[in-house]
Amino acid sequence: MVESNEKSDKTPKLSIKDLSIFYGKEKVLSNVSFDIFENEIFGIIGPANSGKTSFLRILNRMDTFVPEMRFEGEVVFDGKNIMEWRNLYALRRSIGVVFPLPVGLPMSIYENVALSPRLRGIRSKGELDSIVERCLRRAALWDEVKDRLNVLGSLLSGGQQQRLTIARALSQEPKMLLLDEFSIAVDPVTTMKIEDALKDLRNEMTIILVTNLVQQARRLANRTAFFLMGEFIEEGNTEDFFTGNVQDPRTRQYVQGRFG
Amino acid sequence: MTPKPLKNTSDTLDFAWYLDKAVEKLVFLGGISGIIFIVGIFIFVFKEGLGFIIANMDIAEFFGNPAWRPTSDEPTYGALALIAGTASVTGLAVLTAVPFSIGSAIYISEFSTGRTQEFLKILIELLAAIPSVVWGFIGLSIMNPLIIDLFNVPIGLNVLNAGVILGLMAAPIMTTIAEDALKAVPDQYREAAEALGATKWQVTFNVVLPAAKKGLMSAVLLGVGRGFGETMAVLMASGHSIHLPTSPFDSVRALTATIAAELGETAIGSEHYRALFTLGILLFIVTFFINLTADIIVRGKGDR
Amino acid sequence: MFEATEINIRNKRIGKGIKFSFLLMTVLLATPVLIILAVLIQKGGPMISWDFLFSDPTNGMTAGGIFPALIGTISLVIVALIASVPVGVAAAIYLSEYAKDNWLTRIINLAIINLAGVPSIVHALFGVGAFVLFFKFGTSILAASFTLAVMTLPVVIVATRESLQAVPYAFREACWNMGATRWQTIYKVVLPNAISGILTGVILEVSRTAGETAPIMFTGAAFFLPFLPQSVFDQSMALSLHLFVVSTQVPNVPEELPYGVALVLIGIVLLMNSISIAFRFYLRGKKKW
Repeated sequence: MVESNEKSDKTPKLSIKDLSIFYGKEKVLSNVSFDIFENEIFGIIGPANSGKTSFLRILNRMDTFVPEMRFEGEVVFDGKNIMEWRNLYALRRSIGVVFPLPVGLPMSIYENVALSPRLRGIRSKGELDSIVERCLRRAALWDEVKDRLNVLGSLLSGGQQQRLTIARALSQEPKMLLLDEFSIAVDPVTTMKIEDALKDLRNEMTIILVTNLVQQARRLANRTAFFLMGEFIEEGNTEDFFTGNVQDPRTRQYVQGRFG
Repeated sequence: MTPKPLKNTSDTLDFAWYLDKAVEKLVFLGGISGIIFIVGIFIFVFKEGLGFIIANMDIAEFFGNPAWRPTSDEPTYGALALIAGTASVTGLAVLTAVPFSIGSAIYISEFSTGRTQEFLKILIELLAAIPSVVWGFIGLSIMNPLIIDLFNVPIGLNVLNAGVILGLMAAPIMTTIAEDALKAVPDQYREAAEALGATKWQVTFNVVLPAAKKGLMSAVLLGVGRGFGETMAVLMASGHSIHLPTSPFDSVRALTATIAAELGETAIGSEHYRALFTLGILLFIVTFFINLTADIIVRGKGDR
Repeated sequence: MFEATEINIRNKRIGKGIKFSFLLMTVLLATPVLIILAVLIQKGGPMISWDFLFSDPTNGMTAGGIFPALIGTISLVIVALIASVPVGVAAAIYLSEYAKDNWLTRIINLAIINLAGVPSIVHALFGVGAFVLFFKFGTSILAASFTLAVMTLPVVIVATRESLQAVPYAFREACWNMGATRWQTIYKVVLPNAISGILTGVILEVSRTAGETAPIMFTGAAFFLPFLPQSVFDQSMALSLHLFVVSTQVPNVPEELPYGVALVLIGIVLLMNSISIAFRFYLRGKKKW
């Protein structure tokens, strides 16, 4: 069980007000409002097609790559409205993303993790080495791959590739980490390893964890939000969700496994 | 270990950002280069030919008179024989190439698999690679004596020769595009028809060919365009004499070949020179519309 | 039941007949390549010698070798590549990585199709009007190569675009999510994984460029020039034009001479094509994803 954070007098890391997301004319998510704070894991649960992934896409402005995708409302990250960022690449650099299906880039394990630092202009071999090692350690992958860093990243197993993706996201040194159903293509043992890693990472950054496994949210998240069919139902302390202390009956039903 | 704050994640327009913008502009320029060049071709060919069209061209004579006599004392610029030459050679080429091309496309796409398929495709690709001037040489040195012997005619450089050569040149394009069109027909169609008990050839004729109709039509059109615009091979294999052809054994002269043969002997800016550019305008416009039509057939009018 | 079987048997026979006739058509279409090669090798093969390749034509081109034409073709191809590959690759990058599905893209695609479809002699007229006269390059390697470059641009664009699009979209998305700019993504991930496909296209362009005749006749290729070009502003001979000249324009050429020229030309072209094909098969075998 995790304790909920003291949040009253802190400024939020991420503040969302009346966010709605559209693909063309179709509204896929409506009226999301909540704050997320530093050093917490924020869970988002809900069945498939609830708008969870679209929500993450907006946070690092990946909507600019999707034709027809747009949003209304206000998203403030690190004290600044994300619409006001001039350099969206810098915004994305400060937010790490992990996909449901791991994508190992077609280069060596080492290069996968060193890519982002290199793009930021880090040249020194020693510095790169230490970044690669640190990120792989924090993603709980170092021990398995330290002897074969020159192997193609795409040749690793699914679970290893997912941890490689996490290491790559960490190599950006992000202030916020977004995880989108990371355990879908991963075996239970690896899932546990990643979960342990996330618990440690919480001390360094804000984590948003989208998951369709309610128990995973219970294990990791301080607070949780529930999305259903494009609607933001509610958010609250994770423990309240599981003790039935919720406002909407649908939340209780979902958490208890009645549907979804 | 706490990560040290990175200045690169602050919201400043850094070098990478500017570089990205610059590259975007640059590749856009590359992107529209196709348009620039096609408009450029139109402008430059038109510019040189326009003087002739305004000052000297008699439309009725140009399209109605078979006498192309640019170097005589009283020059006439009748392109009818040249148009007829191009039309007859292209027509024969299409007549011979279409059945073979569609036939091989069907065989390659529907009846062959694996290595046979690869091998046939490579042969077709190599056929397409043979340069125009080599085809012309083949017309001259292989087809010419062959036609004289086979048909007992005095000259083997004629519509038949150029038509067969052009057919062989146009066939690979038609085959490749037709095969793409057949391949684009979803396998579910075939499976559904086969599940109803139809045989392979019934499926091919009743399901696959109708479904690929548009692609096959544009394949034929592009083949026509290729034959129409071919220069060196026609110049060398058609006999290059001004004739309204009445039989496949007549020598003819094509529009393209006329330009190739005469441009070198004209003074820049002369009437003859401009007349040749006018032929070029005609060629440009016709091929443009052939390609446009092929594109519209395949993609539909506006949207997909 | 029995009737049905009979129909089946008949159907099968018809099917075999049809299949055979399609096969026959394919074979009839494909065999000319082999026949042509066989004839050219048989008649032109004896011509090929060190002397033939590396000495100048003599006696009004009725004897001697093809060295200036060979060098001319190589120069024309190299200059044409230098001009067209950067533009073509940029165009392909734009179309594959930046272009939205709109009217402009549609027009660009149409322009590329037309560029490939415009008759080669019209390209020649363009070359004369634009490069020789308007830009005042005169009849030169530069003017001829630029004309060839414009004409073969679609080959590079199409091949490059295809190999760029073969790189999975997920790689790009992963990069963008890391905060890589579009160009960084293209440069670090897309291009390295497409480079071999691009190379295949470039080799194909070499083959096309080397064989073209009409576009260079009036823009920079000379009928006869017994010395080598000194700069891109000189004219030069070219193999393709040389074949045209010795087979139609020069009297008293020994019968085997043009066969020898044709064999060298088609040898270069088919060699390039074979390399391109072999390369393609090799690549298919070593995909990284």
